Amino acid sequence: MKREKILKKYDRSADNLLGILHDIQNASSEHYLTDTDLRAVADYLGLAYSFVYGVATFYTMYSLEPRGRYLIRVCQSPPCHLLGSTTISKELIRLLGIGFGETTTDRLFTLEISSCLGVCGVAPAMMVNDQVYGNLTPELIAEVIEGLRREK
Amino acid sequence: MSIYRTHILLPVDEGTVQAGVFEIKRRLESELKARKLQKEIKVLESGSVGIVGKGVILSVYPDRIYYFQVKANDIARIIEEHLLKGRIVADLAHAPVAAMAADRTGARVGLTREQRRVVLDKAWTVDPRNINEVLASGGYRALEKIFSDKLSPEQVIEEVKRSGLRGRGGAGFPTGMKWEFTRKAPGAEKYIICNADEGEPGTFKDRLILEGDPHKLIEAMTIAAYAIGAGCGYVYIRGEYGLSIERMQKAIDQAREFNLLGKNILETGFAFQLEIKKGAGAYICGEETALIESLEGKRGNPRLKPPYPVSQGLWQKPTAVNNVETLANIPAIISNGADWFRKIGTDKCPGTKVFTILGHVEYPGLIETDMGTPLREIIFSFGGGIKGGKKFKAALLGGAAGVFLSESLLDVRMDFENLKENKAVLGSGAVLVMNEDTSIVDMLFSIAKFFAHESCGQCAPCRIGTRQILDIVYRIRRGAGKKGDAETLLQLAETMFKSSLCPLGQSLVMPVKSALENFKDEFALAISQSEK
Repeated sequence: MKREKILKKYDRSADNLLGILHDIQNASSEHYLTDTDLRAVADYLGLAYSFVYGVATFYTMYSLEPRGRYLIRVCQSPPCHLLGSTTISKELIRLLGIGFGETTTDRLFTLEISSCLGVCGVAPAMMVNDQVYGNLTPELIAEVIEGLRREK
Repeated sequence: MSIYRTHILLPVDEGTVQAGVFEIKRRLESELKARKLQKEIKVLESGSVGIVGKGVILSVYPDRIYYFQVKANDIARIIEEHLLKGRIVADLAHAPVAAMAADRTGARVGLTREQRRVVLDKAWTVDPRNINEVLASGGYRALEKIFSDKLSPEQVIEEVKRSGLRGRGGAGFPTGMKWEFTRKAPGAEKYIICNADEGEPGTFKDRLILEGDPHKLIEAMTIAAYAIGAGCGYVYIRGEYGLSIERMQKAIDQAREFNLLGKNILETGFAFQLEIKKGAGAYICGEETALIESLEGKRGNPRLKPPYPVSQGLWQKPTAVNNVETLANIPAIISNGADWFRKIGTDKCPGTKVFTILGHVEYPGLIETDMGTPLREIIFSFGGGIKGGKKFKAALLGGAAGVFLSESLLDVRMDFENLKENKAVLGSGAVLVMNEDTSIVDMLFSIAKFFAHESCGQCAPCRIGTRQILDIVYRIRRGAGKKGDAETLLQLAETMFKSSLCPLGQSLVMPVKSALENFKDEFALAISQSEK
């Protein structure tokens, strides 16, 4: 069982909570944490379930809803905004047919807004899972999305 | 170990990875091998050189020539022409560098001119994944010096105090004093934390240090631990910085192997353990007490100050929290002395500063230069001026929690003191440049949206205030402004400044006030047009 294996890597110390949640979520093909996950982690660390739930919902990188295979995070911070992230966002919404926080019906893409990704030199930028894409244009987005669709 | 006549450096960062640097590397190695040059020319990966948006960058040492936008089919040409015949491939070389090649002093390396690199000196010339290279280029020498010169922790603190080093995270607090407070605070158990939760929009300086020279950070934190009396330290890196985490972990593992971290550092009996903690996406965790809460495994809600972390920090023990760039200055200060450091920069703000230049400039990227460099020089000389021959309109200094400056302040000198005198802030060192076509109302809207999203919700002034400000700016932006909106915005921002619990709620006043004051007419026009 994946979850048990992850838990065993860590000491039963409360400061490991964020690390454990990261690992469990990364092991999930749908990039999310289930209610059972949260309860198991709470038990393991001797924390209240409500406390673990509070942490999991505070940070934007965790999700309690299943997400698509490709998690697209679009930066809308001021530097990206200045260089056209609004156009980029609109184009993504149009191409994928979903809004922010939503997942396509084929469970391939989830669209999210992200805080500054720290790649402002190539603004406007987005991240697809761990990969950064910068200097985005509507054409480049179409190309990237098309490429990912083919890859499935 | 073999000696190579030429080194080819390939900076690896998010931008060059997207452009296919690893493919170029494979191709380069196989082409060199095909020409039997693999024993003469070595291909290395380095940290980012600070130039971004120029595709795969390849630099040739010792010639100090930079090639931009390198594609796989350029490689044969670079090898044949440059590496075999010694002729620079002019159409691929970075233009100012072509002129530089004549004297080969390297004086013009960088964006367009000389940079003094203290913090980032090794970040683009050394393979950060290879500790032997780091050691050979002077890494860990400051740590060695402390033990060989038998410097006491008090002497180390004194040297840092004398250097005048001030925190580079934005607040500018004297680092030596912070260390002294932590050392003198009662209690045997103390901690050193490196704040690598870089989230200020427009800032990526810490990422380049983490990726380009992680060993410098380990050395600095070990020195800090020795000075304040900590046995354990943490680097808190934001979760989105995958490559930084990977590089830092590798460096920590290697340092442990070489006895530069662990139970018996350099066989002196000094013990220091260093661990990475990964954030999970929260701008607020850049605030030191929120960071500590997060590190303890909780929601990143800031604490009420005082008590300050120096007396009650991590697990309520005395803790020094320092920014990445601040710490990266420490080895040079210990090695070269406080007097050397004081000669750089200004009297009240010695040293260099790493700036990120962004927006409508010719060369967006990162530079390191002396504290006190005029803004005009940063934008027009390093940044190459406004893109596409447009006119300058405004610069947002210090990220979202920053200040809008108009053209009249272009000659301001960029350091903590001078900017403060001009009602501006240095912040994280981000310089977002806007051309004449930019709407300041629209930019303020983007900032307001950012703060409304990132407010942690713990205190009412920030939770409600950020939302109210966003609503008003949104209304002005879509042409439904009302008389009195500007006054209301100012009042809201000032109330938040006075009553919010932490710097997040307190800082929205800076962009709001500076936008309304320095671009008064634009807001007045937007509001009066809506009323018609």
